[in-house]
Amino acid sequence: MAKRALPEINAGSMADIAFLLLIFFLVTTTMDVDSGINRKLPPWDEEQLEDPPPIKKKNIFTVLVNSRNQLLVEDEYMELEDLREAAKRFLNNNGDGSCDYCTGALRSQTSSDNPGKAIISLQNDRGTNYKTYITVQNELAAAYNELREELAQRLYGKSYDDLDDKAKEEVQNAYPQKISEAEPVSLG
Amino acid sequence: MSKFKKKSGGGTPGISTASLPDIVFMLLFFFMVTTVMREVTLKVENTKPRATEIKKLERKSLVTYIYVGKPKDMYASQLGTEPVLQLDDAIARVNEIKTFVISSREEINEQERPLMTVSIKADEDVKMGLITDIKQELRKANSLKINYSTRKGEVFGEDR
Repeated sequence: MAKRALPEINAGSMADIAFLLLIFFLVTTTMDVDSGINRKLPPWDEEQLEDPPPIKKKNIFTVLVNSRNQLLVEDEYMELEDLREAAKRFLNNNGDGSCDYCTGALRSQTSSDNPGKAIISLQNDRGTNYKTYITVQNELAAAYNELREELAQRLYGKSYDDLDDKAKEEVQNAYPQKISEAEPVSLG
Repeated sequence: MSKFKKKSGGGTPGISTASLPDIVFMLLFFFMVTTVMREVTLKVENTKPRATEIKKLERKSLVTYIYVGKPKDMYASQLGTEPVLQLDDAIARVNEIKTFVISSREEINEQERPLMTVSIKADEDVKMGLITDIKQELRKANSLKINYSTRKGEVFGEDR
């Protein structure tokens, strides 16, 4: 038998096959990055603390949301749009004058002593919409983030996101995020 | 001087397409690697609320998802119209969360267990009562890192 040379395989259609696969993966790919608001829950305790540490009433910023998605902030009715500014005013109040980085502080005697002591207390009704709840959470987080951003700009002349870890921590400690959530009740 | 003489024969030379498969394969591998096939089929409506102050969830392997929402129309006959929660592929009751979270924590490396996050993907029309019950269950299961899954977007949009 005569030795025959192996015929070469035509690779011309390889590109077509690869394109076909490529288009399949292009179509099925979902590039959604999961994102959201991070929170930490308090640990579960069977026995409730007998007496919680005393906190001055003026250091607490109470936000109540009822089942009709209305806001009661510091015993006054408020629109969602105004919550961010109100929270910022409260956090930046500097009542005892110990906060030397608070600019434009009101120094009201009935509002928080300093950002380190200020606590935001959030309570919602069981009938509150999740959307409203997220909006409230978002606005409160935004209040902290805006204050931190302002401080970062003033101290370092950079955006908060561009700071290195040490500076970030310093700015974070200047405005510690203290949001306390009470268990929901029926506010009606 | 004749060394630099122009080669005879006019016309543009054809572009070689020999490297085209390589380029296409490169793209193909990129998409193959980045593709995440959808693991669960959603049985509940899931329009997530919008927020601006969001953080990306990293390390997908450390994240457990809880879906909350009204059953989709095709399941409405069996499940009703009240919001329910879905764990993996099955509709579940609130008291099943604890076992679910604990069993998914078992699958993670021991060192990384404290980093486990539970992502609550709830529909924007769900009432807080259900969300609170879920949160209480998570506290009982000692899974304290949570993430409210949201879409990026302005909160006070025109659809309010």
